Amino acid sequence: MTAPLLEVRNLRVEFHTRRGTLTALNDVSLTIAPGEVLGMVGESGAGKSMTGAAIIGLIEPPGRIAAGQVLLDGRRIDNLRYDQMRQVRGRQIGAIFQDPLTTLNPLYTVGRQLVETITTHLPLNPAQARKRAIEWLEMVGIPAAAQRIDSYPHEFSGGMRQRVVIALALCAEPRLIVADEPTTALDVSIQAQVIALLKRLAREKGTAMLLVTHDMGVIAETADRVAVMYAGRIAEIGPVRDIVKAPNHPYTAGLMASIPPLDRRVDKLAAIEGSMPRLSAIPPGCAYNPRCPRVFDRCVRERPDLLDAGTTRAACWLHAHG
Amino acid sequence: MRAFFDSDLWWSFTRSRITVASAIVAFICIGGAFMAPLLAPHDPFDLASLQLMDAFTPPIWTAEGNPTYPLGTDDQGRDVLSAIMYGARVSLFVGFAATIFATCVGVLVGLLAGYLGGTADALLMRIADIQLTFPSILVALLVDGIVRAALPREVHDQIALFVVVFAIGISEWPKFARTVRGSTLVERNKEYVLAARVIGLSKAKIMLQHVLPNVLGPVLVIGTLNLALAILAEATLSFLGVGVPPTQPSLGTLIRIGNDFLFSGEWWITIFPGVALIVMVLSVNLLGDWLRDALNPKLR
Amino acid sequence: MLEANDLARYFDVSRPALQRLIAREPRRTLRAVDGVSFTIPKGQTLSLVGESGCGKSTVARLVVGLYPPSDGTVAFDNQPLSVARADPAQRQRMQMIFQDPYASLNPRWRVRDIIAEPIRAFKLVDGKDAILARVGQLLTQVGLAPADGEKFPHEFSGGQRQRISIARALSSNPEFLVCDEPTSALDVSVQAQILNLMKELQRSLGLTYLFISHNLAVVRQVSDRVGVMYLGRIVEQAPAETLFTTPRHPYTRALMEAIPDLDMTGRTRIPVGGEVPSPISPPSGCAFHPRCPLANDRCKAERPLAQPAGESLVACHAVEEGRG
Repeated sequence: MTAPLLEVRNLRVEFHTRRGTLTALNDVSLTIAPGEVLGMVGESGAGKSMTGAAIIGLIEPPGRIAAGQVLLDGRRIDNLRYDQMRQVRGRQIGAIFQDPLTTLNPLYTVGRQLVETITTHLPLNPAQARKRAIEWLEMVGIPAAAQRIDSYPHEFSGGMRQRVVIALALCAEPRLIVADEPTTALDVSIQAQVIALLKRLAREKGTAMLLVTHDMGVIAETADRVAVMYAGRIAEIGPVRDIVKAPNHPYTAGLMASIPPLDRRVDKLAAIEGSMPRLSAIPPGCAYNPRCPRVFDRCVRERPDLLDAGTTRAACWLHAHG
Repeated sequence: MRAFFDSDLWWSFTRSRITVASAIVAFICIGGAFMAPLLAPHDPFDLASLQLMDAFTPPIWTAEGNPTYPLGTDDQGRDVLSAIMYGARVSLFVGFAATIFATCVGVLVGLLAGYLGGTADALLMRIADIQLTFPSILVALLVDGIVRAALPREVHDQIALFVVVFAIGISEWPKFARTVRGSTLVERNKEYVLAARVIGLSKAKIMLQHVLPNVLGPVLVIGTLNLALAILAEATLSFLGVGVPPTQPSLGTLIRIGNDFLFSGEWWITIFPGVALIVMVLSVNLLGDWLRDALNPKLR
Repeated sequence: MLEANDLARYFDVSRPALQRLIAREPRRTLRAVDGVSFTIPKGQTLSLVGESGCGKSTVARLVVGLYPPSDGTVAFDNQPLSVARADPAQRQRMQMIFQDPYASLNPRWRVRDIIAEPIRAFKLVDGKDAILARVGQLLTQVGLAPADGEKFPHEFSGGQRQRISIARALSSNPEFLVCDEPTSALDVSVQAQILNLMKELQRSLGLTYLFISHNLAVVRQVSDRVGVMYLGRIVEQAPAETLFTTPRHPYTRALMEAIPDLDMTGRTRIPVGGEVPSPISPPSGCAFHPRCPLANDRCKAERPLAQPAGESLVACHAVEEGRG
């Protein structure tokens, strides 16, 4: 196995509120190799977006990284100063968010934003950068890129805007992309186009990607490996095929079973009863134990770490041996 | 009540020292003013008790100070401290009454304009726009002038207080109307309002039971800030001599009267009412600022 | 139960009169819904699917009378909708469930008051205790506890709030429920709970649903009949099984093609190109023609009407001519 590009070690993110400290992320460890796409799924509030934010150094107070390390190419980036982190974020890590409008500055033309990013991070003069910017817009599939480069963000449609955001995230040729629900705000037909685009560009440029989404279909199509989050922890992590087809954690199994199938009608969908606990009320032992159909006494007493479970690693006592 | 002390609002209140301080000051001001008949050392309106001999007594800490009159006396021998307390009562009454009046009109107009939309909205908001182009002092002078001209003097003096309240309130309501209209436009399209419309509830019921409770947050903020403004407006009017009748002097009246003696050396007659006014307005304003931040989810 | 005939709703999206005058702009209308017809038999579910801006939510609102139609008619149980809406005894028979569980409950009301609102409005039960008992019963019916009535909406999770929404809708003993994307704001495991609950309620109470969704997989689970909408029109309408096994309209096929594949068969999908055009200036003829692989000159010029094709009603020249 090649050395990982990104390594997250025992990451813990806490929020200090007046009602005590909430642990939003607890003991999260993962690696992403160059050219690899790691999908991250989970219900809202499970901590998947928080993981992305922690990696790109955008945890907002009162939240903070309380423990653990984030290493990019073996170098710690979680303790960098704000301006140093900004360098890393533009040059080494590109970020794509759900709402393209939060990334694009409405007051500047798309071209100006691209050129600025390119000249900041790459040794190119403005003319070369503009040429590069047009190339990028063509690459992400914007028709008549040479003319549209001087348009403002609001002159693009939602799908086109997300393409511009992708161009903006990729134009400094980062080695890692953190994409947080990049297709959620888009319609199905546009979503498919954007996923195909992301996949192709990551493959062509050898860029590693953390793809955060709640849509298992997107993960199944795009990711190489998947991390399933539950109540701030990784419940299971492994190759996408095994997670989807042969999950080892009861939560992953429940999650997969509850997805309504497109190709047949089922009389009663397999739902997971109850809902994910709030951060302020995570039960002792395994956080999933109140909803788990296979719960036994150890689950209530003791919290499981990630254990080897054949092809994947699952935080579940069912896989404890000896 | 327990829920209140457990709420985020109370928590953010106790966390801000300046807010707690201004709340205490505001409480003392308001309490002192409303209980003036009980707390004030003298009754400034009781002509019988006035001692002309004691006129122009300076404050207690000066050489000629008299412990009976902690902040000195005016030209008639009235105790300045008592006059301030009674004056603050009038000022606060006008401030509160004008703000409540403006709030009622503004909330009603804003709610109707925002919820009904269309022509009603256009009409009401244009009236508000026109109202906003007149400075409040001008409106107050205008109203006062009309009332003075239309009514005999005795009647005018009797209702003068309410004329001031009306004059200040009428110039302040557009601010409330605009805010409430904005929030109403947001709330009326929320699904809980649609749910009520599906049931077929009347517009009045939806506005009062659903929309109104959800647009009151910002109203509370402007209301508090506006209270400070209204007190100042009253002081300005009274200073100009078109405000409350001289028989019920407010802080503004006291400042005006005292102003005549400022250059003859009796500075305390005007300075102390002025300080009282500043302290009162400032504390209320600070409370309003805190409330605005505390209720703004973006700043939390 | 419900019949919509050539239903249309236009919105005036022109700028204010003065600005329009200065810029010499004509009035602009948005044809959110443009000639939609369907019937929903008692006890059945009709679903409308489509991408954002296709007008499906507007249809939902037209059908419960939140908007008056610009054209066409809606009949509720064989009476014109406006007549039915004017009569409380008829009005209580229709209810609506909304998408956003955070906006559909008044944050300042206790849950018991939220659920009791229709009961009070229609004077269905008399007396405080009787109302409270009924609320408790409704809460139990949707899988919550009667004691939850004392709480405020913010104390519940998204799925629980949606249950409260359903309890409120059920409180007036409705027969017809309009469900506007009831699960699209929910997590997938909770979505399954809500869908199961809705199906179970339909069985036990004999409810009729108009179900609005953008998620084809969800639609397949709940529908008897499905209409696919594009730019304010129904392009294909068919019994659910027929639509999913033999989609006929090129747009329906493109939609199904676009859904990411969970089975990982490794097939390469050919995503449909282009974007949904603006409903303010829709393309001429068939609105789908700029994105359609089968489009020809006739599609650009002539608006296709819904024609029967097998069990389906399809508005497509290519299907009609056998080119599909």
